[in-house]
Amino acid sequence: MSAAPTVAPPPDAATLRRPAGVRLAWMGGTAVVLALLCVASVAFGVREVTLDEIIAALGGSTNGISEAAVVARIPRTVLAMLVGAALAMSGTTMQAVTRNPLADPGILGVSAGASLAVVIGIAFFGLNAPYSLMGVAIAGAAGAAVFVYAVGSLGRGGATPLKLALAGAAISAAFTSLVSAVLLPRVDVMESFRFWQIGGVGGATWDRIGAVAPVLAIGALVCLATTRGMNSLALGDDLATGLGENVGRTRLVSSAGAIVLCGAATAVAGPIGFVGLVVPHLCRLLVGTDHRWLLPFTAVAGAALLVAADVVGRVIAPGSEIEVGIITAFIGAPVFIWIVRRQRVREL
Amino acid sequence: MSVVQIAVGRRRRQRRRALITGILALLVVAVYAASLMIGQTFYSPTEVWAVMLGQTVPGASFTVGELRLPRATLGLLAGLAFGMAGTTFQTMLRNPLASPDIIGITSGASAAAVFGIIVLSLNETAVSMLALGGALLTATAIYLLSHRGGFTGTRLILIGIGVAAMLDSAITYVLSRAAAWDLQTAMQWLTGSLNGATWGTVAPLALACLVAVPAMLVQGRALGVLRLGDDSATALGVRVGPTRIVLIVGAVVLLAFATAAAGPIAFVAFMAGPIAARLVGPGASPLLPAALVGAALVLAADLIGQFAFDTRYPVGVVTGVLGAPYLVYLLIRTNRSGGSL
Repeated sequence: MSAAPTVAPPPDAATLRRPAGVRLAWMGGTAVVLALLCVASVAFGVREVTLDEIIAALGGSTNGISEAAVVARIPRTVLAMLVGAALAMSGTTMQAVTRNPLADPGILGVSAGASLAVVIGIAFFGLNAPYSLMGVAIAGAAGAAVFVYAVGSLGRGGATPLKLALAGAAISAAFTSLVSAVLLPRVDVMESFRFWQIGGVGGATWDRIGAVAPVLAIGALVCLATTRGMNSLALGDDLATGLGENVGRTRLVSSAGAIVLCGAATAVAGPIGFVGLVVPHLCRLLVGTDHRWLLPFTAVAGAALLVAADVVGRVIAPGSEIEVGIITAFIGAPVFIWIVRRQRVREL
Repeated sequence: MSVVQIAVGRRRRQRRRALITGILALLVVAVYAASLMIGQTFYSPTEVWAVMLGQTVPGASFTVGELRLPRATLGLLAGLAFGMAGTTFQTMLRNPLASPDIIGITSGASAAAVFGIIVLSLNETAVSMLALGGALLTATAIYLLSHRGGFTGTRLILIGIGVAAMLDSAITYVLSRAAAWDLQTAMQWLTGSLNGATWGTVAPLALACLVAVPAMLVQGRALGVLRLGDDSATALGVRVGPTRIVLIVGAVVLLAFATAAAGPIAFVAFMAGPIAARLVGPGASPLLPAALVGAALVLAADLIGQFAFDTRYPVGVVTGVLGAPYLVYLLIRTNRSGGSL
């Protein structure tokens, strides 16, 4: 397995290899932003709290209501970070594996698959243990991913970006409709299910974080381990094979990592769209296309985006909250449209 | 000789088309009648007919006249409207995926309607007008956004999907904040439902149908020709610009009023056109068959949703469950044939 970029530098070597200093600076800067956002996430919310109360709450005190509010906001912030990082890494990996700028767990229908599987699991099989739900979600995500890819790569030209996105959107619509069909007659449990339609981090507890964190870590490690392979894939299958890359295996391993990340994230936070689309595009502009840098960077940036979306959702509507899934759709859909507009589209 | 053969073939196809359209119309009438008769208590056709003539029949006058008649009429009109609007877009953009419920125009109407109902608490007519405004605005926005360096149907569909994602999350937000609405009502509205239909909800839609349906049917032949492309259509004597405007505005009007009255009944606009095209074959105007298929779909789905299961499902759930596999099938078929993607 040779490092592709050094063997065959592509024409735009400048964007592939930003100077290490620049990349480090962006990475550090984003990490600082993330830290600030975390502070903001703990400090801002429906209830106003003072700095003293935050410090007291961090020290373990839960005497006042404000301190209790702060204590409740900490797991939520942690979950937002984890989910944001997972979705962003998942999106980056999917874009690399499919060589498709429109790949995103939400757009490709993978989140919808996970959502449908979880809803069916809860409604018909009475599942509620975190691990079994996560297993079901990952299975649903994998099923949807395979299905969308199979449908999207039928016919002439293989899996072109547009065909894949169209297949994903169509299957997403189909799955969402099925989720409603499963949920609607179950009035009693619907309030707790609402989350499967919007996606949010409001229901975070340390138990759930503890359950999901190891799974996310495994997925992240798998993706990080194949970053060199992703760089080779970017050169095209023929060239990558010529460079000694086992294209099929790399694709399989990376997608498995991406699916685990997306499925587990959906299992704890519901379907949150567009994070996996927006973050990689933004990050590629900043640190270039070398996945060894890009993937960790998207994790940090994704965490920052989701924490920011959560804070905005709590601050923007006084007295209530807007779920992160709604905020990310509003940020992400224009970016999606922008990317589609840039694409050269083939018309028959 | 060959000219004669073509003429014979054409006449045969026309007869076949007329026959199938007639059968579809009969089917719609049958399902409409069935949804008037079937319910908690069964009423015979004579009783239903008596109610429709305005006579007083004990029991049936209220149940059929006040409950089932508005409901069935709403289903009929909404199905007609969705089917006709859907096939107009699909035919014009030459892609079955370009139906208004996928490219976000229905979402625009829904967003405006939900805002009107919940935030502004408007009456039915005002909500319909607001929905119309939302749908027109969305259609214009999608058209302008996708018109860049040449115009392609695929890009329009994808941009529509993006716009729909945004509008849908706005709808979800408004619905989830509505204190007066419990979640089930909200979700029913999101999938489309005929529950709680009154003459007040039906009236604006009926008016819109009266205006838009004839105007569009007149352009039906031209729509079939538009499918050949603008240049060929002009050469064949179709005034492309005015025809297109009449058809688009008519379709958007139907869509907006139907959405305001019954909610975005899932996938009816998407399914009706391709099913109708399958039945009547290519070449003819798809408008009338698609409208009939839409009406039959909505009425039959409502009957199934109400009486086939233990719990009563809103009509949109049934059409959604039917439409979802059909969408996937259509996608597979289109991709395999290397078609319009």
